[in-house]
Amino acid sequence: MVELKQKQDCQVIDLGLVEYKKAYDFQKECVQKVLNDHDPILILCEHPAVLTLGRLADERHLLTPRDELQKQGIDVEFIDRGGEVTLHSPGQLVVYPIVNLNNFDKDLHRYLHFLEEVAIDLLGKFDIVASRSSVNTGAWVGPDKIVSVGIGVRKWISYHGMAINVNTNLNLFSLINPCGLDVKMTSMAKIKGQPVNMAEVKEQVINIVEATRRVART
Amino acid sequence: MNNVILPELGEGIEKAVVACWNYKVGDVIKKDDDIVEVVTDKATFNIACEVRGVVKEILVKEGHEALIGQPLAIIESDPQES
Repeated sequence: MVELKQKQDCQVIDLGLVEYKKAYDFQKECVQKVLNDHDPILILCEHPAVLTLGRLADERHLLTPRDELQKQGIDVEFIDRGGEVTLHSPGQLVVYPIVNLNNFDKDLHRYLHFLEEVAIDLLGKFDIVASRSSVNTGAWVGPDKIVSVGIGVRKWISYHGMAINVNTNLNLFSLINPCGLDVKMTSMAKIKGQPVNMAEVKEQVINIVEATRRVART
Repeated sequence: MNNVILPELGEGIEKAVVACWNYKVGDVIKKDDDIVEVVTDKATFNIACEVRGVVKEILVKEGHEALIGQPLAIIESDPQES
């Protein structure tokens, strides 16, 4: 675990490549800290290939039998976030902001929209024009989804967050019906036509944290 | 008696689905324990119990929708706490 820096009262922690469950437990520890008045914590990480099913998902969202997934070394986790099914794998930057939603007027939609704006700003730094969709959360490039968003909230502290396809192997999305919709996923690398430097993406996310804090205080 | 209410979750959110009850009828629950998890389109939200007491009745079952402000459960509060 690397603590990158302290920016404007926000602790940024890079877990690197970490198993989903381990990162989940760490999020829960951070939720408890923020509940006890700790500053917001921004967790960055990548996960080994894992399919996560949110509260609105069921096994019909998996397009591949469980035993076949197991053979391919892909775990399946049922988790406590909104949304249906999504995939995490190396090359995808997962961002878990642990923040007090009192700073967002206790408004889940306001916070979800804010996460989408952060994602769109981030992509803009790499000259990728993304937008929100009126029918589904996340950030989109044309008809293709590039960033997935979903949160869990306990005592108004938010956890989970967003998954940004940086250099994700997009073939893996054929294993699922992402978000329960018939959508195509894309990545920064696919759009740019070459791999994107993950360290630069992380740095830009951290820079946007400052803006996050500014907006959260208004 | 105290009702567990589905609270305001934000502008434009009119309802949520009860995803998971952490307690059943007859269970003793402490103040601030998460009693139920509800889910909107992209968020799960844990509702804490505001009193110590016994779960008297669950009014909305798992998988069913509730409107903002709707009672989800009834808690018989502990008289020692009041």
